[in-house]
Amino acid sequence: MSVRRLAEKQPPSFAFTPANLEWAKAQIAKYPPGRQQSAVIPILWRAQQQAGGWLPQKAMEAVAELLGMANIRVLEVATFYTMFNLDPVGRFHVQLCGTTPCMLRGSEDLKKVLRRVIGDEHHVTTDGTFSWIEVECLGACVNAPMAQINADYYEDLTPETLTRILNDMAAGKKPKPGPQVEREFSAPVGGPLTLTDPSLYPEGSRASPARAALHDEDAKKPGEAANLHEAAVPKPPATDATDPRRH
Amino acid sequence: MLADKDRIFKNLYGQHDWGLAGARARGAWDGTRAILERGRDAIIDQMKASGQRGRGGAGFPTGLKWSFMPKQPVEGRPHYLVVNADESEPGTCKDREIMRHDPHLLVEGCLIAGFAMGAHTCYVYIRGEFIRERERLEASVVQAYEANLIGKNNVHGYDFDIVVHHGAGAYICGEETALLESLEGKKGMPRLKPPFPANMGLYGCPTTVNNVETIAQVPDIMRRGAAWFAGIGRPNNTGTKLYCISGHVERPCTVEETMGIPLRELIDTHAGGVRGGWSNLLAVIPGGSSMPLIPAGPDQADTLLMDFDGCRDKKSALGTAAVIVMDKSADIVRAMARISYFYKHESCGQCTPCREGMGWMWRVLTRMAEGRAFKREIDMLWEVTTQIEGHTICAFGDGAAWPVQGLLRHFRPEIERRIEEYTANPDAGGVLDPVVPEAAE
Repeated sequence: MSVRRLAEKQPPSFAFTPANLEWAKAQIAKYPPGRQQSAVIPILWRAQQQAGGWLPQKAMEAVAELLGMANIRVLEVATFYTMFNLDPVGRFHVQLCGTTPCMLRGSEDLKKVLRRVIGDEHHVTTDGTFSWIEVECLGACVNAPMAQINADYYEDLTPETLTRILNDMAAGKKPKPGPQVEREFSAPVGGPLTLTDPSLYPEGSRASPARAALHDEDAKKPGEAANLHEAAVPKPPATDATDPRRH
Repeated sequence: MLADKDRIFKNLYGQHDWGLAGARARGAWDGTRAILERGRDAIIDQMKASGQRGRGGAGFPTGLKWSFMPKQPVEGRPHYLVVNADESEPGTCKDREIMRHDPHLLVEGCLIAGFAMGAHTCYVYIRGEFIRERERLEASVVQAYEANLIGKNNVHGYDFDIVVHHGAGAYICGEETALLESLEGKKGMPRLKPPFPANMGLYGCPTTVNNVETIAQVPDIMRRGAAWFAGIGRPNNTGTKLYCISGHVERPCTVEETMGIPLRELIDTHAGGVRGGWSNLLAVIPGGSSMPLIPAGPDQADTLLMDFDGCRDKKSALGTAAVIVMDKSADIVRAMARISYFYKHESCGQCTPCREGMGWMWRVLTRMAEGRAFKREIDMLWEVTTQIEGHTICAFGDGAAWPVQGLLRHFRPEIERRIEEYTANPDAGGVLDPVVPEAAE
């Protein structure tokens, strides 16, 4: 268990934006009548995004009122689940995985980078840009070591690539998520050794000639597909109300 | 090596279209209506004949699990299918690949499984950190609705709804009853069993919880036949499995292979071998952090067969088939202390042996990593693990005690060596006596 308490300095009020309120009502409708409590985690998550990456007490109370729950029940949930940040975080909140598979591949060195660039854990830089915490396994172990920065996973990190990513973010650039080495997702470095039989795939689907794509400079760079948030028709739900993808 | 044509997850590495058109081109959603027309009992019988055992860790036969559901829903007590996509076992990253690269296999599997157990609603509980994976899965569910493959009055003639739900970072929600609690909007604290979820699950209704990989394999088992699946692997350990090879190997990767593949072949063929060669292997955790490690050695890791029975023979378990490899440069005691820290962090706090024991084990192991301990504490630590194991509501306590037991079983001399080294030259703090209580977390 981890000790989690509410922040001492709390904003005086919280109200859902009309768009988020509408979204929350749609969430409640996903569950059977009378079971609206099921929606508490998604709605708290949306509230956290609206409040700038952390969850003030007033937001929890607003969710409790929306769902007809006692305040304490929402408080329980918010303090139990560790993705709810109870203190303010930076604009870029780095969650570094420190569990054994990442540790074996060098997450300790990444911690040093974060301490140097950002400071102590839970500390928000004075300009409000960065904060970092060590988290438990994020489920990308074959791409260890890795960190989640806001919504995206940055994988196969080294101290150099992590420093570059942080610098790029501070400079307003958008570093490419996914593996930071020449590699396609969870395939081995150097190209997949399996699924190389072109007869499995229709013409035009990227026949997967073993390795070729990785040596061809014109080919799609490995990992690129990870950050294409494909415009599925219709589009996947936007991550928050301010998301530019939202119409 | 498994032939490419026998692989189920043909877009494991995301090289092809994940969407409906691409999935259809790879064979998904083909003849689904004909599969449903075989009827519930036939589908369950085929699942039993295929010999598929749950891919989430415990290895319970899937067909048998489905057959526990009541035959007909009672008025006011609908059946639910819940898919456990709360993949958080350290070392495991297989469901992630399915959800972001081949989500339609999962969606189709949900329909078939839901039909087989009389469920008209399916909840997919995905871990909160998988934001992009959730977006992808939600998009594929929307595609399936658009194409009228699922939903009311769909082309398959069986009303079926899929709701993608997400958590917010609690490992314990991978335990099926904790998952149901979380899905009901509460803290993820496991429930006492019985009653089992097949009788009293989500909202008190009959529920079956299955792993993502289990469900995503179902359409292929139905299309290609139970005999095809049963013909791969060994008896009682059939089919293919996604292995995640992480840690000290040359090229870590996720790969689909046959059940029962020898560990050495798996690592050498797909992951480029252990860093520094096989002789540099120190130990391997075969099934995610909850399972005891297996050291290198002729009758240990060298001859390990990667399936449920093969791992059991070496006093470990297949778990989620997440292979964590440690070479001789690894600090094995610290690596295990870090796993103990993980369990301390993730304990839900409901049962005392777990809540208190996790922190205790972590503190002792941290001292042992430095040698700052007494040799008698090794036996004490073993005894504490046996007092946690089997004395908690859920299997979390077992899963946290086993890796420590594995360490003590195989690396006791290493811990003793560190203790001797330290006591020969202790720092100013001296050896902490465990009789003096340390402040609890």
